[in-house]
Amino acid sequence: MNAQAQVAIMLDHVSKSFGEKHVLRDISLEIRHGEAVCILGRSGTGKSVTLKLIISLLRPDAGHIRIDGDDITQLEGEHLSAMRRKMGFLFQNAALFDSVNLHDNLALPLERLTNKSKNEIEEIIDRVLGEVGLSADTRTMPVELSGGMRKRAGLARAMVLNPEILLVDEPSSGLDAITASEIDDLLLRQKVQQGTTMVIVTHDLRGARRLGDRFAVLDRGSFIAFGALSELKDHENEMVRRLVAEG
Amino acid sequence: MSSFFEFVGRVARFGFRVIVDAFRPPLELKQLWSQIEEAGSRSLPLVAASGLALGVVMTLHTRNTLVTFGAEAAIPKVQSVGFFVEIGPLLVALLVAGRVGAGIGAVLANMRATEQIDAIEALSIDSFKYLVVPRVLACVVVLPLLTVFMDFSGMFGGFLSEYALSHVSARLYITRAFTNLDLANFIPPTLKTAVFGFIIGTISSFFGYTTNEGAEGVGRAATNSVVLSSLVIILVDILLVRCIFLLFPESAI
Repeated sequence: MNAQAQVAIMLDHVSKSFGEKHVLRDISLEIRHGEAVCILGRSGTGKSVTLKLIISLLRPDAGHIRIDGDDITQLEGEHLSAMRRKMGFLFQNAALFDSVNLHDNLALPLERLTNKSKNEIEEIIDRVLGEVGLSADTRTMPVELSGGMRKRAGLARAMVLNPEILLVDEPSSGLDAITASEIDDLLLRQKVQQGTTMVIVTHDLRGARRLGDRFAVLDRGSFIAFGALSELKDHENEMVRRLVAEG
Repeated sequence: MSSFFEFVGRVARFGFRVIVDAFRPPLELKQLWSQIEEAGSRSLPLVAASGLALGVVMTLHTRNTLVTFGAEAAIPKVQSVGFFVEIGPLLVALLVAGRVGAGIGAVLANMRATEQIDAIEALSIDSFKYLVVPRVLACVVVLPLLTVFMDFSGMFGGFLSEYALSHVSARLYITRAFTNLDLANFIPPTLKTAVFGFIIGTISSFFGYTTNEGAEGVGRAATNSVVLSSLVIILVDILLVRCIFLLFPESAI
């Protein structure tokens, strides 16, 4: 496999502004198939925006984003939908559909995007909810779930179509250390067993150390460091060294 | 002024997209049915109670004047014409704008604020078609049905009031109410509420779906949905009444 074919996600000189506010400035990044890249940085530096750009929930003002070599910024309609099907997204607050129960949250993408029979769909939902430890809560409404359970449910929904790429926004935010560690375990299992490519935005360096193969540090809209943890420990930028030393 | 026209253009484009997407598969029948239930059957008690109360009040107001002129027999006709031609359609539209419009605006704005709409898009599902189109279509379908309920609740309220005051029989009341009443007095005004439904659904969905103000936007979307829907309904009603008179001259009373 050549180097280009190994790249799952490529951000190529991407910029994004909201009005006068420049959130991302000319960022570039390559993420290989099967690797987990953690994006670290202070709040408001554009980490979540980067994830939304990758799945094309936002469009960049400049630059290109390639998924398996295809420029997602140029795709519309069915082509964009097909590309998004390769990806799962775990939102910071899980973003479960609060008008339907947990079962229906997972059933929606399966019913809409696959030709699976009702029995097959039920089997998949049972299996995925079992994997995240929510087998007993299939008929529970999202509002009745705790923070950790919501996160696990969000992860189950993100994984239900078995995506090649998983985008994870703050998996441990608002959770206690034990629950956060359980979420990390689930992500780690998905990475190891399924070989899923992951982009994880996080403040939790302890979790990032367990999950990440490489780390990108975002500061004021630009990547100031990218590499393995061992490389970043001796980075010339003091903020990178401090960030990596924490946790 | 330019921002006003820009806003009108954005709402019009939003409405046009609803029409185009309504004919594009998949038809979202499950969502549509659920929205019809939400907008229709849950509005029914409000509509029936309002119609009944207004029917009683309207008879109480008109009775004295008509009795003074010896036109007591015209009370049922005044009631039927009033409700079928204008009061029923307009009141249903304003009630639904308040109950359903505010709900649509708030629900969609909350879904936007909590990233649920982003989540639908991330799952490769067209959120506009999944969330907005069924809500607008549901309003279009239920408004004429609710209007029929409002009309007959109003008539029943009028009868109860009249029965209490003059002991008129139901048969005589109905005969007087419907004598010389043309279908043109009933069908076009009832069907015009489908347009009101489109206005309520489109404006409320627009405010909810396009907000980007977080939790604060939820309340604002609900308020704006009700205020603007109600205003536009009253203004468009003037045009629709003129159109009905042009197309059905016999409906002009």
